[in-house]
Amino acid sequence: MTQKPLTLAEKLWRDHLVVKGENGAPDLLYIDLHLIHEVTSPQAFDGLRLAGRDIRRKDLTIATEDHNTPTADIHLPIAEPTSRAQVQALRDNTAEYGVRIHSLGDKNQGIVHVVGPQLGLTMPGLTIVCGDSHTSTHGAFGSLAMGIGTSEVEHVLATQTLPLKPFKTMAINVEGTLRPGVSAKDIILAVIAKITTGGGQGYVLEYRGSAIRSLSMEGRMTICNMSIEAGARAGMVAPDEVTFEYLKGRPHAPEGADWDAAMEYWKTLKTDDDAVFDAEVFIDADTLDPFVTWGTNPGQGVSLLDSVPDPASYDDPSLRAAAERALEYMDLQPGTKMKDIAVNTVFLGSCTNARIEDLRAAAEIIKGKKKADGIRMMVVPGSQKVRLQAEEEGLDKVFKDFGAEWRFAGCSMCLGMNPDQLGPGERAASTSNRNFEGRQGKGARTHLVSPVVAAATAIRGTLSSPSDLEG
Amino acid sequence: MERISVFTGVAAPLKRSNVDTDQIIPAVYLKRITKTGFEDGLFANWRQDPEFVLNNAPFDKAEVLIAGSDFGTGSSREHAVWALRDFGFKAVFSSKFADIFYGNAGKQGLVAGVISDEATSQIWEAIDANPGLEVKVDLPAQQLSYGDTVVPFEIDEYTKWRLMEGLDDIGITLQNEQAIADYEARRESWKPKTLPAKGV
Repeated sequence: MTQKPLTLAEKLWRDHLVVKGENGAPDLLYIDLHLIHEVTSPQAFDGLRLAGRDIRRKDLTIATEDHNTPTADIHLPIAEPTSRAQVQALRDNTAEYGVRIHSLGDKNQGIVHVVGPQLGLTMPGLTIVCGDSHTSTHGAFGSLAMGIGTSEVEHVLATQTLPLKPFKTMAINVEGTLRPGVSAKDIILAVIAKITTGGGQGYVLEYRGSAIRSLSMEGRMTICNMSIEAGARAGMVAPDEVTFEYLKGRPHAPEGADWDAAMEYWKTLKTDDDAVFDAEVFIDADTLDPFVTWGTNPGQGVSLLDSVPDPASYDDPSLRAAAERALEYMDLQPGTKMKDIAVNTVFLGSCTNARIEDLRAAAEIIKGKKKADGIRMMVVPGSQKVRLQAEEEGLDKVFKDFGAEWRFAGCSMCLGMNPDQLGPGERAASTSNRNFEGRQGKGARTHLVSPVVAAATAIRGTLSSPSDLEG
Repeated sequence: MERISVFTGVAAPLKRSNVDTDQIIPAVYLKRITKTGFEDGLFANWRQDPEFVLNNAPFDKAEVLIAGSDFGTGSSREHAVWALRDFGFKAVFSSKFADIFYGNAGKQGLVAGVISDEATSQIWEAIDANPGLEVKVDLPAQQLSYGDTVVPFEIDEYTKWRLMEGLDDIGITLQNEQAIADYEARRESWKPKTLPAKGV
């Protein structure tokens, strides 16, 4: 009997199956790596304590502090009492249970989704979970990586497994060559605009095609990161030489015979030629423009060359109502050219776009240029390691000379949970992942953009692409 | 967990689609380290508007939320479920739920039932005509009813069973201890371990 051809996601599922669910029960999957941060874990530890349970595999668990932590004056105690209590709870819990933690001030501290890959803990062929929806980031290595809720965090701590219902699979085919000034962020914003914020619900997305292959690991992480913004719980890219090259020599990468054994397995991690996806989407990379959002969900995006859409142009009444509401919140008029929208803040950071390559790309644009009057630019590296690397390359000096604030690592302005927030009515070009109402601060308005669009916008003061700087 | 079967409560209309978990509970309310007391964060930004539906009687005592499609998108925060539960909601109905929210609801004893868009509009109209309308949620029969109207809802069989039995997921999983140990015994040696820590 020949074996049924499988997609990458189905292979990973098969290889982590502990118990096959019967009579409607979910499958039980083994979890290879569990990442923890301070926001979604306190109640999970409490649950363990109440039930008198221990952590099954401390050696597959790692914690860092990111959501609440300040990105300035990090030597001082955290000022806000509830943030301080939450971070302290993580320190107390990890100490009590013997879990590895990278705290504020540690060179390995940073956004949980930047820390895992840079330590070499994130690798192909794993199941990875974290109480954070952007865990999909790690799928860039060819892993099944997904965000989970706090009850599930407790479940994984106690059992190192998770009951899961099988997903459907969707291929996102991106063929062609990106034009200069167009990057991974633009691909994923275009994907979300195309399939909408609910389009990926129930699916694992696999990003495929020549444009994906030509991306660095950083670019692939940016794309997988925002799978959740398309409603999908996980997104992935099959591993290849780019993946192996990135991983080799990292602190926790396999060595010697383990490396060889891993490579043998990793090379099987691709969708079989005749496997069938439940859905397929096609994106033409050749014609893609820089993409920006105009509304209050990540699917409300257009080409930067376009204008704010007219809600009346939507046939679907609920989409029309959502667009009307979004324009009111964003204080925008239909027909306004996206490039005429002035911002007062530019945020370069977050688990979507705060890796070294993102910082390099932005620095390249602003080098020797002058910041637009009245613009505040914040640059927040994704991890302390990224910050140190950037300083070694002199990028910090480029940003500071430009007039940007050079910060310590953390989630920062991506979500209004720490001191970095926008005020009511303030408008930001942000390299983060969510433009929801109030996400960056109460009443704040967010336009999601790529790092190079963020940089060009900081120079011109209005949403801009690098090509607008020429001539 | 408490067993859930049939209950009756005031239904509140939330006439918005794509309600993300940042709207259900803004990040600033996530800082508590307990599992209760999140009711003040529920729809906190919208509740600053005195006209917001849940600010006014009879909806301030509502136990059943009838929401637009794509409810619970975005962040994985389980606090969204805790906030709904702490406010007093026992059930939420929508034509479509985001995956993580749906899973979280089932683990916390909040019934998340899927009804059609047409049924959603009909219930909204019925509430508009009769604010304070009480609806009966019959989990075993998967029916929501008011007056002479009976609306079937979908919920996955396994979640329904767990809610009806009041079962704890971890307890169910630990019945498979041997299977987990067997899997660990055959797990590949190249897979990463966080301890002992490297790169520090």
